[in-house]
Amino acid sequence: MKIILYIIQKEFKQIFRNKGMLPIIFVLPLLQLVILSNAATFEVKNIKFGYIDNDHTSTSRTLVEKFNASTYFDVLTDFPSEGLASSSMLNGEVDVVLEIPQYFERDLQKEKYNSLGITINAIDGAAAGVENVYVTQIVQNFNQNLKVDLLQVSDKQIQPITIETIPLFWYNETLNYKTFMVPGILVLLVTMITLFLSGMNIVREKEIGTLEQINVTPIKKSQFIIGKLFPFWVIGIGLLTIGLIIAKLIFDVPMVGSLVLMYFYTSIYILVILGIGLFISNFTDTQQQAMFIAWFFTVIFILMSGLFTPIESMPEWAQILTEFNPIKYFVEVMRMVMLKGSSFIDVLPQIIKTFLFAFIMNGLAVWSYKKTT
Amino acid sequence: MSITISNISKSYKNVKALQDISFEVKENELFGLIGPDGAGKTTLFRILTTLLIANEGTATVAGFDVISDYKMIRNSVGYMPGKFSLYQDLTVEENLNFFATIFGTTIEENYDLIKDIYVQIEPFKDRRAGKLSGGMKQKLALCCALIHKPKVLFLDEPTTGVDPVSRKEFWDMLKRLQQKGITILVSTPYMDEAALCDRIALIQAGKILEIDTPKAIVKHYSKPIYNVRANNMYQLINSLNDYEYNHSVYPFGEFVHYTDKRADFNQKELKMYLETKNLTDIEIEKTIATIEDTFMELAK
Repeated sequence: MKIILYIIQKEFKQIFRNKGMLPIIFVLPLLQLVILSNAATFEVKNIKFGYIDNDHTSTSRTLVEKFNASTYFDVLTDFPSEGLASSSMLNGEVDVVLEIPQYFERDLQKEKYNSLGITINAIDGAAAGVENVYVTQIVQNFNQNLKVDLLQVSDKQIQPITIETIPLFWYNETLNYKTFMVPGILVLLVTMITLFLSGMNIVREKEIGTLEQINVTPIKKSQFIIGKLFPFWVIGIGLLTIGLIIAKLIFDVPMVGSLVLMYFYTSIYILVILGIGLFISNFTDTQQQAMFIAWFFTVIFILMSGLFTPIESMPEWAQILTEFNPIKYFVEVMRMVMLKGSSFIDVLPQIIKTFLFAFIMNGLAVWSYKKTT
Repeated sequence: MSITISNISKSYKNVKALQDISFEVKENELFGLIGPDGAGKTTLFRILTTLLIANEGTATVAGFDVISDYKMIRNSVGYMPGKFSLYQDLTVEENLNFFATIFGTTIEENYDLIKDIYVQIEPFKDRRAGKLSGGMKQKLALCCALIHKPKVLFLDEPTTGVDPVSRKEFWDMLKRLQQKGITILVSTPYMDEAALCDRIALIQAGKILEIDTPKAIVKHYSKPIYNVRANNMYQLINSLNDYEYNHSVYPFGEFVHYTDKRADFNQKELKMYLETKNLTDIEIEKTIATIEDTFMELAK
């Protein structure tokens, strides 16, 4: 026990003396949290909007005015011709072009039917889809108002019954994107920092040759590993704490669930990450190699974690793969507990799976550590 | 016997690092392992310090088998690898404390053993190990290897890359440690250090060439050996190599060590030959063989 304590003490000394590493551990993750939570959003805003008005009537102007009033669209230009509009889109100056046909108002009154031309830049497919929805909403809304204006008294009897849906957004009432992203980004930084540091740590001893010196001493492998990895467990928990404080202070993310449960889950989760880190360092000889492999896995784990893209929309084989992704469970648990207030029983499946991962990863890591040295 | 090695062989894939090595080191002996780089010295050290398992053969250190009793060996040996490997970002004192703790002891407990060496680096005890000079680093490493009072001390090329003054100091320290009852196995590529050992083993390409005291090893060298000197060293070596009766020609400091094939070697004859090669200031004199000469002869 005394030996483990001494190694832990030594490890902390080395971490705090490493002037290059210290800011990476504590400052960069927080910058990441603040910047990514604000920037990584799927809300499509400030859509550059252009239109070609071939009608020039009050109705067409009302329609354009509707777009102008919307917060999503920046109405930029009134194109005199379709050709100019297309070249402008080619240059990336506009995202959406609305073409109002000639005699729009007259045909609408006469035939109660007309069509509009919408061109959307769909290089970013997801954004184009969202833009389409916005445009449809505005046009539909315009349509409703128009009906009222154009209806004559005699038509009142045949007014169609419309069904209106009023959605209630549970757990995130205002659809605030940050509320959704902050717990996820928190997961990201706890994972990245603990994985990179633990992965590089034992390799470092290998690199500078002290591991060989240690191996000649009577110290037990378990003592050495626990002593080396425990500081990173502490750092992981520390990062979670700082992250939660920032989430509350800066982003005002609701924390409905129990903090104790969050810490309990995280403490098991970090064990998985430390196991992976140790496993990586057993198969590498330099810090660079360890870093590279750690990066490779983090990128895959993060992109397949449901942090940025919903797992439900992945192909089936990828969904099966995500079952083996510890980050997925961490993201789920953080979101469930923080936003929904899930209890211990609700996240029990995730806890069991994570515990299993921790057991397997650390088992593999210790086994391979014995084999390679 | 402090160390016994019998029929140890080790190969890495296609390279045979050690081939059928056997020797013994007596209690309280300063034993030198002399050989060029790549001879297999480090491999042998790693086997004896339980870091590596030999393909064949057995070995014991301080009475314990290197495979079955490896835990006991780790408690009773000190190992100083060739590359300086202490924590560069910890101070001198912290490094020493760290190694004392993992051996389950304290600096105070064995202070008398390291005192001689530690007093030299004590003024810098709050300095980071990475900021020490080469000689200081080496003294610190020796302290760390001694802190748990080992019975056997393994030093793998301790003086490589160290200045001549520090080298001499280091060997004086080893002599003092030996007096305190520690068996020392030291490897070095420097032949001049070999003379300071009680016994030496000459090793090359994974094979032991000769084991004996330094004096006895030199006596094995039977041929008379001559120091040759001239105004142009390069041309001298070339000319001697071209000489039909030469047995061996090795540059040795400001001289060339020369031996002849014939029993009735005549110095004047050689001088005349060298003069025909346009060399001047020629000096030829008989000299005593060194360990290096023996090594070169055996390695031939």
